[in-house]
Amino acid sequence: MHVTSPVRNPLVTGGKTYADVTEDICRQVEGKPSKEWKAAFLLSFIVLLYGTCCVLWTWWEGLGVWGLNKTVGWAWDITNFVWWVGIGHAGTLISAILLLFRQKWRTSINRAAEAMTIFAVICAASFIVMHMGRPWLAYWALPLPNTFGSLWVNFNSPLVWDVFAISTYFSVSCLFWYVGLVPDLATIRDRAQNKISKYIYGTLAMGWNGSARTWARYEYISLILAGLSTPLVLSVHTIVSMDFATSVIPGWHTTIFPPYFVAGAIFSGFAMVQNLMLVTRVVYKLEDYITVEHIEMMNKIITLTGSIVGVAYLTEFFIAWYSGVEFESYAFINRATGPYWWAYWAMMTCNVISPQLFWSKSIRQSVKWTFFISVIVNIGMWFERFVIIVTSLHRDYIPSSWAMFSPTMFDIGDYIFSFGLFFTCFFLFSKYLPVINMAEVKGVIKSTSEKLPKKVSGVSKADRLASPVYKKDVE
Amino acid sequence: MTDANKKFLVGVYDDDDVALAAVTKVKNAGVKIYEVYSPFAIHGMDTAIGHPRTRIGIAAFCFGVTGFLCALTLTTWTMGVDWPMVIGGKDPISLPNYVPAMFELTVLFTAFGMTIAFFITNGLGPSVKPLLFDSRCTDNKFVMAIDLSKIKCQKLEITTLIKASGAEEVSIKQI
Repeated sequence: MHVTSPVRNPLVTGGKTYADVTEDICRQVEGKPSKEWKAAFLLSFIVLLYGTCCVLWTWWEGLGVWGLNKTVGWAWDITNFVWWVGIGHAGTLISAILLLFRQKWRTSINRAAEAMTIFAVICAASFIVMHMGRPWLAYWALPLPNTFGSLWVNFNSPLVWDVFAISTYFSVSCLFWYVGLVPDLATIRDRAQNKISKYIYGTLAMGWNGSARTWARYEYISLILAGLSTPLVLSVHTIVSMDFATSVIPGWHTTIFPPYFVAGAIFSGFAMVQNLMLVTRVVYKLEDYITVEHIEMMNKIITLTGSIVGVAYLTEFFIAWYSGVEFESYAFINRATGPYWWAYWAMMTCNVISPQLFWSKSIRQSVKWTFFISVIVNIGMWFERFVIIVTSLHRDYIPSSWAMFSPTMFDIGDYIFSFGLFFTCFFLFSKYLPVINMAEVKGVIKSTSEKLPKKVSGVSKADRLASPVYKKDVE
Repeated sequence: MTDANKKFLVGVYDDDDVALAAVTKVKNAGVKIYEVYSPFAIHGMDTAIGHPRTRIGIAAFCFGVTGFLCALTLTTWTMGVDWPMVIGGKDPISLPNYVPAMFELTVLFTAFGMTIAFFITNGLGPSVKPLLFDSRCTDNKFVMAIDLSKIKCQKLEITTLIKASGAEEVSIKQI
């Protein structure tokens, strides 16, 4: 039975039928890559190549090529790591938390957002490996019996928790994403015109045929995966924040970090989803699937999480003063008025003020404004991590060791590497896999509004005869 | 699938609500439905057909418990037994510190165990050839299959029944 709400607008506009959904989404996968896609892919691939050279040089020469010094021992590496992990959080929020809350609007964006999560976590992990300096020894972080004695990794350390959190998060996200892809891969398999794509998509679809038994189990495990991913995603950024919070550095040693980091992660993640989806929907002509309503919903989440972040900044500042600890107060006053004041105020403007513009309905519904503010938010969130990491470190307990951090071309090049990697992956995804979860969209197409036409299934006979896919069946 | 060389009566519907109503109608007429195939999940379809409730949740729980016990063993044994160390003045075995690792491993075992169980119970795998009565069932059609070898009444009778339930095409297929 379908329950419809009289007040809601349809989630999918344009009177789409089930066949239209298949057609609209599969078109990109089945067609030849467009010129724009080739150009964009080539550009990101060149960026990736340049970045790879920088990363290889970093490994060859050592971390001395970065601008780190003995006071500021963490800078862009960990900033970038936290930034990318944070971006990844939106995908899981959309696919898991919104599933638990039965938010049907997630269906149009969850596939791309989850893909974004996976690629963002890969980028984040690349910084972890990079900052080890000797990446060939990365396996030392795993609890393996070793040949140097029976010393194990320290399970009391948040850095080891991070190893477990990030690797579990990455693998479970991949799993969740893949399970969701299987029905759509089967759709592509059954439409495939040539043997190669039939073989590839057929192998990936694992023989899915959409039987009621399979669907029932699919729904069941999706729910459990969502239930698992929800605490998982919260644990990941909580643990990332504990990398800082369990230390004794003024500015890091605060109990507010876990919720504050999680809110910031969702904040920047949604901004990145907006940036990606606003472009994808125009290029792939998916305006009927990712409607202004979807954009508005995401903007509301950006405003909410942005406000939580803003409150956290103020709370942190207040507590630093209220604690009466001289070093704590100094760390915060130095952030706002010291030599890195510009980073602090960039963060405040971008993260606290800019999302408040979304209280205006016309800004919230404007595609251009949304894109612009989302970029601003992402810049702001990068500065947030930079402020937390660098400004807390650069003025040590002993004034003689006070220092500034200035990035070298390898700090910048390694950051560029992550962009190249991210966009190369995203462009490959958007060409070879369906960017929208067809099966889930078909499932909500009828049930979201009574403003819809009664009959959404079926195509006219003329259409069916004209379409090459149906010709086979008619013959 | 082991049901080789069987004859199936296949009804194709073009709407999920019609298909769901048809299942009840056909079942009430005393005909056993082999399976219904659809491009997306239709809530209540499995119970309407009469499939038993999935027990994959129990499997998931067992995998979770396994993961938790493995993690408990790993952390306490490495930290407290094999090479005991006092870190930050705490006992060599200080369980609260192991919660993050134990939690992550529990989730990891549950997610992977359950998903592998899902693929196995559904007979899904990379080289599996799908049992498709009509390839449009992954696009926009809802396909009902009835195993004729298990049905006592006349073919014509069922065909009429399926058509009356709203099917737009009815055919007989040998698998």
